Amino acid sequence: MQSIYILWLRQLKRYFRSKSRIVGTLGQPLLFLVALGFGLGPVFAKAGQGNYLEFIAPGIVSMSILFTAIFSGIEIIWDRQFGFLKETLVAPIARWQIMVGRTLGGATVAVFQGLIVFILSLFLGFKVETFALIPQMLIFMILIALLFTALGTAIASILEDMQGFQLIMNFLVMPLFFLSGALFPLQGVPGALQVVASVDPLSYGVDGLRGAITGVFHFGLSIDLLILSLTTTILIGIGTFLFSKIQI
Amino acid sequence: MVNENIIEVKNLIRKYGDYSAVNNISFNVKRGEIFAFLGPNGAGKTTTIKMLTTLLHPTSGEIIINGFDPVSEQHETRKSFGIVFQDPSLDDELTAYENLEFHGVLYGVPKTLRKERIEELLKYVDLWERRNSLVKTFSGGMKRRLEIARGLLHHPKIFFLDEPTLGLDPQTRNHIWSYIKKLNKKEGITVFFTTHYMDEAARVADRVSIIDHGRIVQTGTVAELLIKTRKTTLEDAFLALTGHEIRDEAVGTGESYRIRHRTWVRH
Repeated sequence: MQSIYILWLRQLKRYFRSKSRIVGTLGQPLLFLVALGFGLGPVFAKAGQGNYLEFIAPGIVSMSILFTAIFSGIEIIWDRQFGFLKETLVAPIARWQIMVGRTLGGATVAVFQGLIVFILSLFLGFKVETFALIPQMLIFMILIALLFTALGTAIASILEDMQGFQLIMNFLVMPLFFLSGALFPLQGVPGALQVVASVDPLSYGVDGLRGAITGVFHFGLSIDLLILSLTTTILIGIGTFLFSKIQI
Repeated sequence: MVNENIIEVKNLIRKYGDYSAVNNISFNVKRGEIFAFLGPNGAGKTTTIKMLTTLLHPTSGEIIINGFDPVSEQHETRKSFGIVFQDPSLDDELTAYENLEFHGVLYGVPKTLRKERIEELLKYVDLWERRNSLVKTFSGGMKRRLEIARGLLHHPKIFFLDEPTLGLDPQTRNHIWSYIKKLNKKEGITVFFTTHYMDEAARVADRVSIIDHGRIVQTGTVAELLIKTRKTTLEDAFLALTGHEIRDEAVGTGESYRIRHRTWVRH
Protein backbone atom coordinates (compact mmCIF):
# COMPACT_ATOMS: atom_id res chain seq x y z
CA MET A 1 0.00 0.00 0.00
CA GLN A 2 2.84 2.37 0.86
CA SER A 3 4.28 1.92 -2.63
CA ILE A 4 0.96 2.83 -4.22
CA TYR A 5 0.68 5.83 -1.89
CA ILE A 6 4.15 7.18 -2.74
CA LEU A 7 3.52 6.78 -6.48
CA TRP A 8 0.19 8.62 -6.08
CA LEU A 9 1.85 11.34 -4.01
CA ARG A 10 4.56 11.84 -6.61
CA GLN A 11 1.98 12.56 -9.33
CA LEU A 12 0.30 15.12 -7.08
CA LYS A 13 3.54 16.85 -6.13
CA ARG A 14 4.56 17.12 -9.75
CA TYR A 15 1.17 18.58 -10.68
CA PHE A 16 0.93 21.15 -7.90
CA ARG A 17 4.53 22.29 -8.50
CA SER A 18 3.85 22.96 -12.15
CA LYS A 19 1.80 26.16 -11.95
CA SER A 20 2.18 26.72 -15.70
CA ARG A 21 0.61 23.30 -16.34
CA ILE A 22 -2.38 24.08 -14.11
CA VAL A 23 -2.97 27.47 -15.71
CA GLY A 24 -2.11 26.25 -19.23
CA THR A 25 -4.60 23.40 -19.19
CA LEU A 26 -7.36 25.78 -18.11
CA GLY A 27 -7.02 27.84 -21.31
CA GLN A 28 -8.81 25.47 -23.66
CA PRO A 29 -11.83 24.67 -21.42
CA LEU A 30 -12.26 28.36 -20.66
CA LEU A 31 -12.16 29.21 -24.37
CA PHE A 32 -14.77 26.55 -25.10
CA LEU A 33 -17.01 27.77 -22.27
CA VAL A 34 -16.79 31.42 -23.28
CA ALA A 35 -16.67 31.14 -27.09
CA LEU A 36 -19.19 28.34 -27.49
CA GLY A 37 -21.24 28.94 -24.36
CA PHE A 38 -21.90 32.58 -25.16
CA GLY A 39 -21.31 32.44 -28.94
CA LEU A 40 -23.73 29.63 -29.75
CA GLY A 41 -25.99 30.33 -26.79
CA PRO A 42 -28.51 32.50 -28.71
CA VAL A 43 -28.76 29.94 -31.59
CA PHE A 44 -29.31 27.13 -29.07
CA ALA A 45 -31.97 29.15 -27.25
CA LYS A 46 -33.73 30.05 -30.53
CA ALA A 47 -33.93 26.35 -31.37
CA GLY A 48 -35.80 25.90 -28.13
CA GLN A 49 -33.02 23.91 -26.43
CA GLY A 50 -32.58 26.24 -23.45
CA ASN A 51 -29.35 27.68 -22.06
CA TYR A 52 -26.30 26.40 -24.00
CA LEU A 53 -23.83 27.21 -21.21
CA GLU A 54 -25.92 25.02 -18.91
CA PHE A 55 -25.71 22.29 -21.56
CA ILE A 56 -22.01 22.36 -22.40
CA ALA A 57 -20.54 23.07 -18.95
CA PRO A 58 -20.65 19.36 -17.93
CA GLY A 59 -19.20 18.47 -21.34
CA ILE A 60 -16.32 20.90 -20.88
CA VAL A 61 -15.66 19.58 -17.36
CA SER A 62 -15.51 16.10 -18.93
CA MET A 63 -13.17 17.39 -21.62
CA SER A 64 -10.85 18.85 -19.04
CA ILE A 65 -10.77 15.53 -17.16
CA LEU A 66 -10.31 13.57 -20.39
CA PHE A 67 -7.31 15.59 -21.57
CA THR A 68 -5.62 15.74 -18.16
CA ALA A 69 -6.18 12.03 -17.54
CA ILE A 70 -4.88 10.91 -20.93
CA PHE A 71 -1.87 13.19 -20.53
CA SER A 72 -1.17 11.86 -17.00
CA GLY A 73 -1.19 8.32 -18.37
CA ILE A 74 1.02 9.25 -21.27
CA GLU A 75 3.53 10.81 -18.85
CA ILE A 76 5.06 7.33 -18.63
CA ILE A 77 6.71 8.09 -21.96
CA TRP A 78 8.45 11.10 -20.38
CA ASP A 79 9.50 8.93 -17.46
CA ARG A 80 10.87 6.41 -19.91
CA GLN A 81 12.75 9.07 -21.90
CA PHE A 82 14.10 10.88 -18.86
CA GLY A 83 15.08 7.64 -17.15
CA PHE A 84 12.86 7.73 -14.06
CA LEU A 85 10.78 4.74 -15.18
CA LYS A 86 13.84 2.50 -14.75
CA GLU A 87 14.02 3.49 -11.09
CA THR A 88 10.48 2.21 -10.50
CA LEU A 89 10.88 -0.87 -12.69
CA VAL A 90 13.91 -2.19 -10.76
CA ALA A 91 12.19 -1.66 -7.39
CA PRO A 92 11.02 -4.81 -5.58
CA ILE A 93 7.31 -4.15 -6.15
CA ALA A 94 4.80 -5.67 -8.55
CA ARG A 95 4.10 -3.93 -11.84
CA TRP A 96 0.38 -3.76 -11.04
CA GLN A 97 1.19 -1.71 -7.94
CA ILE A 98 3.07 0.80 -10.10
CA MET A 99 0.17 0.88 -12.53
CA VAL A 100 -2.40 1.40 -9.74
CA GLY A 101 -0.34 4.10 -8.00
CA ARG A 102 0.21 6.00 -11.23
CA THR A 103 -3.41 5.63 -12.34
CA LEU A 104 -4.75 6.85 -9.00
CA GLY A 105 -2.32 9.78 -9.06
CA GLY A 106 -3.21 10.73 -12.63
CA ALA A 107 -6.92 10.37 -11.91
CA THR A 108 -6.71 12.55 -8.79
CA VAL A 109 -4.97 15.27 -10.78
CA ALA A 110 -7.60 15.01 -13.54
CA VAL A 111 -10.49 15.24 -11.05
CA PHE A 112 -8.86 18.28 -9.46
CA GLN A 113 -8.52 19.91 -12.87
CA GLY A 114 -12.19 19.09 -13.59
CA LEU A 115 -13.23 20.69 -10.32
CA ILE A 116 -11.38 23.90 -11.18
CA VAL A 117 -13.22 24.05 -14.54
CA PHE A 118 -16.52 23.32 -12.76
CA ILE A 119 -15.94 26.20 -10.32
CA LEU A 120 -14.99 28.53 -13.20
CA SER A 121 -18.18 27.60 -15.04
CA LEU A 122 -20.17 28.63 -11.93
CA PHE A 123 -18.55 32.05 -12.16
CA LEU A 124 -19.53 32.24 -15.85
CA GLY A 125 -23.17 31.72 -15.01
CA PHE A 126 -23.64 27.95 -14.89
CA LYS A 127 -26.33 27.00 -12.36
CA VAL A 128 -26.48 23.74 -10.43
CA GLU A 129 -29.98 22.34 -9.82
CA THR A 130 -29.17 21.00 -6.38
CA PHE A 131 -25.86 20.75 -4.57
CA ALA A 132 -27.08 17.47 -3.05
CA LEU A 133 -26.11 15.86 -6.37
CA ILE A 134 -22.45 16.94 -6.08
CA PRO A 135 -21.35 13.53 -4.65
CA GLN A 136 -22.95 11.84 -7.68
CA MET A 137 -21.12 14.28 -9.94
CA LEU A 138 -17.85 13.46 -8.17
CA ILE A 139 -18.39 9.73 -8.75
CA PHE A 140 -18.71 10.33 -12.49
CA MET A 141 -15.68 12.61 -12.50
CA ILE A 142 -13.63 9.92 -10.75
CA LEU A 143 -14.81 7.23 -13.17
CA ILE A 144 -13.99 9.35 -16.24
CA ALA A 145 -10.58 10.19 -14.76
CA LEU A 146 -9.73 6.56 -13.92
CA LEU A 147 -10.90 5.31 -17.30
CA PHE A 148 -8.83 7.72 -19.35
CA THR A 149 -5.73 7.62 -17.15
CA ALA A 150 -5.76 3.84 -17.62
CA LEU A 151 -6.22 4.34 -21.37
CA GLY A 152 -3.29 6.79 -21.42
CA THR A 153 -1.12 4.33 -19.51
CA ALA A 154 -2.06 1.50 -21.88
CA ILE A 155 -1.16 3.67 -24.89
CA ALA A 156 2.08 4.85 -23.29
CA SER A 157 3.09 1.25 -22.59
CA ILE A 158 3.26 0.51 -26.31
CA LEU A 159 4.74 3.83 -27.46
CA GLU A 160 8.52 4.22 -27.43
CA ASP A 161 8.54 8.04 -27.61
CA MET A 162 6.31 11.12 -27.92
CA GLN A 163 6.28 11.05 -31.74
CA GLY A 164 2.98 9.16 -31.72
CA PHE A 165 1.37 11.66 -29.34
CA GLN A 166 -0.13 13.87 -32.09
CA LEU A 167 -1.57 10.76 -33.71
CA ILE A 168 -3.24 9.80 -30.43
CA MET A 169 -4.58 13.32 -29.93
CA ASN A 170 -5.98 13.69 -33.45
CA PHE A 171 -7.31 10.21 -34.06
CA LEU A 172 -8.36 9.11 -30.58
CA VAL A 173 -8.72 11.87 -27.99
CA MET A 174 -10.36 14.54 -30.15
CA PRO A 175 -12.91 12.11 -31.70
CA LEU A 176 -13.63 10.74 -28.22
CA PHE A 177 -14.46 14.26 -27.11
CA PHE A 178 -16.28 15.62 -30.15
CA LEU A 179 -18.45 12.51 -30.63
CA SER A 180 -19.44 12.16 -26.98
CA GLY A 181 -22.34 14.57 -26.93
CA ALA A 182 -20.29 17.03 -24.90
CA LEU A 183 -21.08 19.87 -27.33
CA PHE A 184 -24.45 18.85 -28.79
CA PRO A 185 -27.47 16.85 -27.64
CA LEU A 186 -27.50 13.25 -28.86
CA GLN A 187 -31.26 13.28 -29.42
CA GLY A 188 -32.12 13.67 -33.08
CA VAL A 189 -28.56 13.27 -34.48
CA PRO A 190 -28.14 10.95 -37.53
CA GLY A 191 -28.21 7.23 -36.77
CA ALA A 192 -24.55 6.66 -37.62
CA LEU A 193 -23.50 9.34 -35.16
CA GLN A 194 -25.81 7.81 -32.53
CA VAL A 195 -24.01 4.49 -32.99
CA VAL A 196 -20.57 6.07 -32.77
CA ALA A 197 -21.60 8.01 -29.66
CA SER A 198 -22.95 4.85 -28.05
CA VAL A 199 -19.54 3.10 -28.36
CA ASP A 200 -17.64 6.14 -27.10
CA PRO A 201 -17.16 5.61 -23.34
CA LEU A 202 -16.91 9.36 -22.78
CA SER A 203 -20.56 9.70 -23.91
CA TYR A 204 -21.61 7.86 -20.76
CA GLY A 205 -19.30 10.00 -18.63
CA VAL A 206 -20.66 13.23 -20.11
CA ASP A 207 -24.24 11.98 -19.78
CA GLY A 208 -23.68 10.87 -16.19
CA LEU A 209 -22.07 14.16 -15.26
CA ARG A 210 -24.76 16.21 -17.01
CA GLY A 211 -27.48 14.11 -15.42
CA ALA A 212 -25.89 14.45 -11.99
CA ILE A 213 -25.86 18.24 -12.30
CA THR A 214 -29.08 18.90 -14.24
CA GLY A 215 -31.13 15.81 -13.46
CA VAL A 216 -31.64 15.00 -17.19
CA PHE A 217 -29.99 11.80 -18.57
CA HIS A 218 -29.82 10.56 -22.16
CA PHE A 219 -28.79 6.95 -21.51
CA GLY A 220 -29.89 6.75 -17.87
CA LEU A 221 -27.98 6.77 -14.57
CA SER A 222 -27.63 3.01 -14.17
CA ILE A 223 -26.47 2.46 -17.79
CA ASP A 224 -23.94 5.29 -17.47
CA LEU A 225 -22.57 3.85 -14.24
CA LEU A 226 -22.49 0.30 -15.56
CA ILE A 227 -20.76 1.09 -18.87
CA LEU A 228 -18.24 3.44 -17.26
CA SER A 229 -17.36 1.00 -14.46
CA LEU A 230 -17.05 -1.90 -16.87
CA THR A 231 -14.90 0.02 -19.37
CA THR A 232 -12.72 1.38 -16.57
CA THR A 233 -12.14 -2.13 -15.18
CA ILE A 234 -11.31 -3.51 -18.63
CA LEU A 235 -8.93 -0.66 -19.43
CA ILE A 236 -7.16 -0.91 -16.07
CA GLY A 237 -6.74 -4.63 -16.84
CA ILE A 238 -5.39 -3.95 -20.34
CA GLY A 239 -3.17 -1.13 -19.05
CA THR A 240 -1.77 -3.35 -16.30
CA PHE A 241 -1.08 -6.15 -18.78
CA LEU A 242 0.67 -3.87 -21.29
CA PHE A 243 2.59 -2.10 -18.52
CA SER A 244 3.78 -5.46 -17.17
CA LYS A 245 5.26 -6.23 -20.59
CA ILE A 246 7.46 -3.12 -20.73
CA GLN A 247 11.12 -3.97 -21.09
CA ILE A 248 13.61 -1.14 -21.04
CA MET B 1 28.41 -21.76 3.80
CA VAL B 2 28.09 -18.49 1.89
CA ASN B 3 28.84 -18.81 -1.82
CA GLU B 4 32.03 -16.97 -2.68
CA ASN B 5 30.54 -15.75 -5.96
CA ILE B 6 27.80 -13.13 -5.57
CA ILE B 7 27.22 -12.90 -9.34
CA GLU B 8 27.32 -15.99 -11.55
CA VAL B 9 26.70 -15.78 -15.29
CA LYS B 10 26.73 -18.90 -17.47
CA ASN B 11 26.30 -19.07 -21.25
CA LEU B 12 24.20 -15.91 -21.29
CA ILE B 13 22.62 -14.98 -24.62
CA ARG B 14 20.36 -12.07 -25.57
CA LYS B 15 19.09 -11.95 -29.14
CA TYR B 16 17.00 -9.38 -31.03
CA GLY B 17 15.76 -11.30 -34.04
CA ASP B 18 18.92 -12.74 -35.60
CA TYR B 19 21.22 -10.25 -33.91
CA SER B 20 23.00 -11.37 -30.74
CA ALA B 21 23.62 -8.35 -28.50
CA VAL B 22 25.11 -10.69 -25.88
CA ASN B 23 26.53 -13.91 -27.26
CA ASN B 24 27.19 -16.77 -24.85
CA ILE B 25 29.08 -15.00 -22.07
CA SER B 26 30.15 -16.50 -18.73
CA PHE B 27 31.83 -14.87 -15.74
CA ASN B 28 31.69 -14.71 -11.94
CA VAL B 29 32.06 -11.83 -9.49
CA LYS B 30 33.26 -12.53 -5.95
CA ARG B 31 31.67 -11.09 -2.83
CA GLY B 32 33.25 -7.75 -1.87
CA GLU B 33 35.02 -7.43 -5.20
CA ILE B 34 35.22 -4.31 -7.38
CA PHE B 35 34.63 -5.65 -10.87
CA ALA B 36 34.99 -3.59 -14.05
CA PHE B 37 33.01 -4.64 -17.11
CA LEU B 38 34.64 -2.90 -20.05
CA GLY B 39 33.96 -2.75 -23.77
CA PRO B 40 33.62 -0.40 -26.74
CA ASN B 41 30.31 1.27 -27.58
CA GLY B 42 27.63 -1.27 -28.46
CA ALA B 43 29.67 -4.21 -27.14
CA GLY B 44 26.86 -5.51 -24.93
CA LYS B 45 27.71 -3.96 -21.54
CA THR B 46 24.40 -2.21 -20.92
CA THR B 47 22.38 -5.16 -22.26
CA THR B 48 24.23 -7.42 -19.81
CA ILE B 49 23.59 -5.04 -16.90
CA LYS B 50 19.90 -4.88 -17.85
CA MET B 51 19.68 -8.67 -17.70
CA LEU B 52 21.55 -8.82 -14.38
CA THR B 53 19.17 -6.23 -12.92
CA THR B 54 15.87 -7.83 -14.11
CA LEU B 55 15.09 -5.11 -16.68
CA LEU B 56 15.53 -7.49 -19.60
CA HIS B 57 14.97 -11.23 -19.90
CA PRO B 58 17.80 -13.32 -21.36
CA THR B 59 17.12 -15.35 -24.49
CA SER B 60 18.97 -18.23 -22.80
CA GLY B 61 21.63 -18.87 -20.18
CA GLU B 62 21.80 -18.67 -16.43
CA ILE B 63 22.23 -15.74 -14.03
CA ILE B 64 22.49 -15.94 -10.26
CA ILE B 65 22.52 -12.68 -8.26
CA ASN B 66 23.18 -13.08 -4.53
CA GLY B 67 21.74 -16.60 -4.77
CA PHE B 68 18.61 -15.54 -6.69
CA ASP B 69 17.46 -15.99 -10.28
CA PRO B 70 16.60 -12.54 -11.78
CA VAL B 71 13.90 -14.07 -13.99
CA SER B 72 11.97 -16.22 -11.50
CA GLU B 73 12.94 -14.41 -8.24
CA GLN B 74 12.72 -10.79 -9.32
CA HIS B 75 11.78 -9.22 -5.97
CA GLU B 76 14.56 -10.98 -4.02
CA THR B 77 17.06 -10.13 -6.77
CA ARG B 78 15.98 -6.48 -6.80
CA LYS B 79 16.38 -6.15 -3.04
CA SER B 80 19.96 -7.43 -3.41
CA PHE B 81 21.30 -4.63 -5.57
CA GLY B 82 21.44 -0.87 -5.97
CA ILE B 83 22.06 0.73 -9.33
CA VAL B 84 23.27 3.92 -10.95
CA PHE B 85 22.09 3.92 -14.54
CA GLN B 86 24.04 5.21 -17.52
CA ASP B 87 21.46 7.99 -18.07
CA PRO B 88 20.05 10.16 -15.27
CA SER B 89 17.06 8.53 -13.57
CA LEU B 90 16.06 11.07 -10.92
CA ASP B 91 12.78 12.96 -10.81
CA ASP B 92 13.82 16.55 -11.50
CA GLU B 93 10.56 17.91 -10.10
CA LEU B 94 11.21 16.38 -6.68
CA THR B 95 13.77 17.50 -4.11
CA ALA B 96 16.87 15.48 -3.28
CA TYR B 97 15.24 14.31 -0.05
CA GLU B 98 12.00 13.35 -1.81
CA ASN B 99 13.85 11.30 -4.42
CA LEU B 100 15.49 9.28 -1.65
CA GLU B 101 12.23 9.06 0.31
CA PHE B 102 10.47 7.71 -2.79
CA HIS B 103 13.18 5.07 -3.27
CA GLY B 104 13.12 4.10 0.42
CA VAL B 105 9.35 3.53 0.38
CA LEU B 106 9.50 1.44 -2.81
CA TYR B 107 12.20 -0.73 -1.21
CA GLY B 108 10.24 -1.09 2.04
CA VAL B 109 12.82 0.63 4.27
CA PRO B 110 11.04 1.32 7.63
CA LYS B 111 10.25 5.00 8.29
CA THR B 112 12.65 5.63 11.20
CA LEU B 113 15.50 3.80 9.53
CA ARG B 114 14.71 5.57 6.26
CA LYS B 115 15.02 8.96 7.88
CA GLU B 116 18.35 8.10 9.51
CA ARG B 117 19.73 6.50 6.37
CA ILE B 118 18.73 9.41 4.11
CA GLU B 119 20.47 11.88 6.43
CA GLU B 120 23.56 9.69 6.68
CA LEU B 121 23.81 9.20 2.90
CA LEU B 122 23.09 12.81 1.95
CA LYS B 123 25.83 13.88 4.35
CA TYR B 124 28.10 11.20 2.90
CA VAL B 125 27.73 12.59 -0.63
CA ASP B 126 27.85 16.23 0.60
CA LEU B 127 24.27 17.06 -0.36
CA TRP B 128 22.63 17.41 3.06
CA GLU B 129 22.58 21.21 2.80
CA ARG B 130 20.76 20.93 -0.54
CA ARG B 131 18.26 18.27 0.57
CA ASN B 132 15.26 20.52 0.00
CA SER B 133 16.34 21.81 -3.41
CA LEU B 134 14.64 20.53 -6.53
CA VAL B 135 16.90 18.16 -8.45
CA LYS B 136 16.45 20.22 -11.61
CA THR B 137 18.65 22.88 -9.99
CA PHE B 138 21.55 20.40 -9.50
CA SER B 139 24.70 20.09 -11.63
CA GLY B 140 25.55 16.81 -13.38
CA GLY B 141 28.00 15.87 -10.63
CA MET B 142 25.48 16.56 -7.86
CA LYS B 143 22.88 14.42 -9.63
CA ARG B 144 25.36 11.56 -9.91
CA ARG B 145 26.20 11.80 -6.20
CA LEU B 146 22.50 11.79 -5.37
CA GLU B 147 21.98 8.70 -7.54
CA ILE B 148 24.78 6.97 -5.69
CA ALA B 149 23.16 7.83 -2.36
CA ARG B 150 19.82 6.59 -3.64
CA GLY B 151 21.28 3.30 -4.85
CA LEU B 152 22.74 2.63 -1.41
CA LEU B 153 19.68 3.54 0.66
CA HIS B 154 18.35 0.00 1.09
CA HIS B 155 21.74 -1.51 2.03
CA PRO B 156 22.27 -3.51 -1.17
CA LYS B 157 24.81 -6.35 -1.38
CA ILE B 158 25.78 -5.40 -4.94
CA PHE B 159 26.12 -1.96 -6.47
CA PHE B 160 25.83 -1.70 -10.27
CA LEU B 161 27.24 1.44 -11.84
CA ASP B 162 26.79 1.87 -15.59
CA GLU B 163 29.30 4.54 -16.66
CA PRO B 164 28.80 6.55 -13.46
CA THR B 165 31.38 9.19 -14.32
CA LEU B 166 30.41 9.80 -17.94
CA GLY B 167 30.56 13.49 -18.81
CA LEU B 168 31.85 14.60 -15.41
CA ASP B 169 34.93 16.71 -14.74
CA PRO B 170 38.05 15.03 -13.27
CA GLN B 171 37.42 16.50 -9.78
CA THR B 172 33.90 15.08 -9.60
CA ARG B 173 35.03 11.74 -11.05
CA ASN B 174 37.76 11.51 -8.45
CA HIS B 175 35.24 12.33 -5.71
CA ILE B 176 32.78 9.70 -6.89
CA TRP B 177 35.36 6.92 -7.03
CA SER B 178 36.62 7.80 -3.58
CA TYR B 179 33.02 7.43 -2.25
CA ILE B 180 32.67 4.07 -3.94
CA LYS B 181 36.02 2.73 -2.75
CA LYS B 182 35.27 3.85 0.79
CA LEU B 183 31.91 2.09 0.63
CA ASN B 184 33.45 -1.08 -0.67
CA LYS B 185 35.91 -1.08 2.26
CA LYS B 186 33.45 0.05 4.93
CA GLU B 187 30.38 -2.02 4.05
CA GLY B 188 31.97 -4.81 2.02
CA ILE B 189 29.63 -4.03 -0.86
CA THR B 190 30.36 -5.69 -4.21
CA VAL B 191 30.78 -3.15 -7.01
CA PHE B 192 30.10 -3.98 -10.67
CA PHE B 193 30.80 -1.07 -12.97
CA THR B 194 31.30 -0.11 -16.59
CA THR B 195 33.36 2.83 -17.79
CA HIS B 196 35.18 4.11 -20.86
CA TYR B 197 37.88 5.68 -18.68
CA MET B 198 40.54 2.97 -18.60
CA ASP B 199 42.67 4.82 -16.03
CA GLU B 200 39.71 4.74 -13.63
CA ALA B 201 39.18 1.03 -14.17
CA ALA B 202 42.89 0.31 -13.66
CA ARG B 203 42.96 2.36 -10.47
CA VAL B 204 39.79 1.03 -8.88
CA ALA B 205 39.01 -2.51 -10.11
CA ASP B 206 40.16 -5.74 -8.46
CA ARG B 207 39.33 -7.61 -11.67
CA VAL B 208 38.35 -6.63 -15.18
CA SER B 209 36.31 -8.33 -17.88
CA ILE B 210 36.39 -7.06 -21.46
CA ILE B 211 33.43 -7.64 -23.77
CA ASP B 212 33.34 -7.00 -27.51
CA HIS B 213 30.69 -7.85 -30.14
CA GLY B 214 28.67 -9.53 -27.38
CA ARG B 215 31.48 -11.92 -26.38
CA ILE B 216 33.90 -11.77 -23.46
CA VAL B 217 37.42 -11.54 -24.84
CA GLN B 218 39.37 -11.52 -21.57
CA THR B 219 38.87 -11.60 -17.79
CA GLY B 220 41.45 -11.16 -15.05
CA THR B 221 43.27 -8.69 -12.86
CA VAL B 222 44.74 -5.65 -14.57
CA ALA B 223 48.22 -7.11 -14.08
CA GLU B 224 47.15 -10.37 -15.73
CA LEU B 225 45.68 -8.54 -18.72
CA LEU B 226 48.86 -6.51 -19.15
CA ILE B 227 50.98 -9.69 -19.13
CA LYS B 228 48.66 -11.51 -21.57
CA THR B 229 48.61 -8.63 -24.04
CA ARG B 230 52.23 -7.56 -23.40
CA LYS B 231 51.16 -3.95 -22.91
CA THR B 232 52.00 -1.44 -20.24
CA THR B 233 48.64 0.28 -19.74
CA LEU B 234 45.07 -1.01 -19.51
CA GLU B 235 44.08 1.28 -22.37
CA ASP B 236 46.70 -0.32 -24.66
CA ALA B 237 45.64 -3.78 -23.51
CA PHE B 238 41.99 -2.86 -24.21
CA LEU B 239 42.84 -1.65 -27.71
CA ALA B 240 44.92 -4.76 -28.38
CA LEU B 241 41.95 -6.93 -27.43
CA THR B 242 39.15 -4.96 -29.11
CA GLY B 243 40.95 -3.33 -32.06
CA HIS B 244 41.32 0.29 -33.17
CA GLU B 245 38.21 0.44 -35.33
CA ILE B 246 35.79 3.23 -34.34
CA ARG B 247 32.41 1.87 -33.18
CA ASP B 248 29.24 3.61 -34.22
CA GLU B 249 26.83 3.31 -31.30
CA ALA B 250 23.80 4.37 -33.32
CA VAL B 251 23.97 1.45 -35.75
CA GLY B 252 24.15 -2.22 -34.99
CA THR B 253 24.08 -1.98 -31.21
CA GLY B 254 21.81 -3.87 -28.87
CA GLU B 255 19.89 -0.68 -28.13
CA SER B 256 19.10 0.13 -31.76
CA TYR B 257 18.14 -3.51 -32.43
CA ARG B 258 15.99 -3.51 -29.30
CA ILE B 259 14.06 -0.42 -30.43
CA ARG B 260 13.61 -1.70 -34.00
CA HIS B 261 12.61 -5.11 -32.74
CA ARG B 262 10.14 -3.64 -30.26
CA THR B 263 8.64 -1.38 -32.90
CA TRP B 264 8.22 -3.91 -35.68
CA VAL B 265 8.21 -7.33 -34.06
CA ARG B 266 6.47 -6.76 -30.79
CA HIS B 267 6.24 -9.79 -28.46
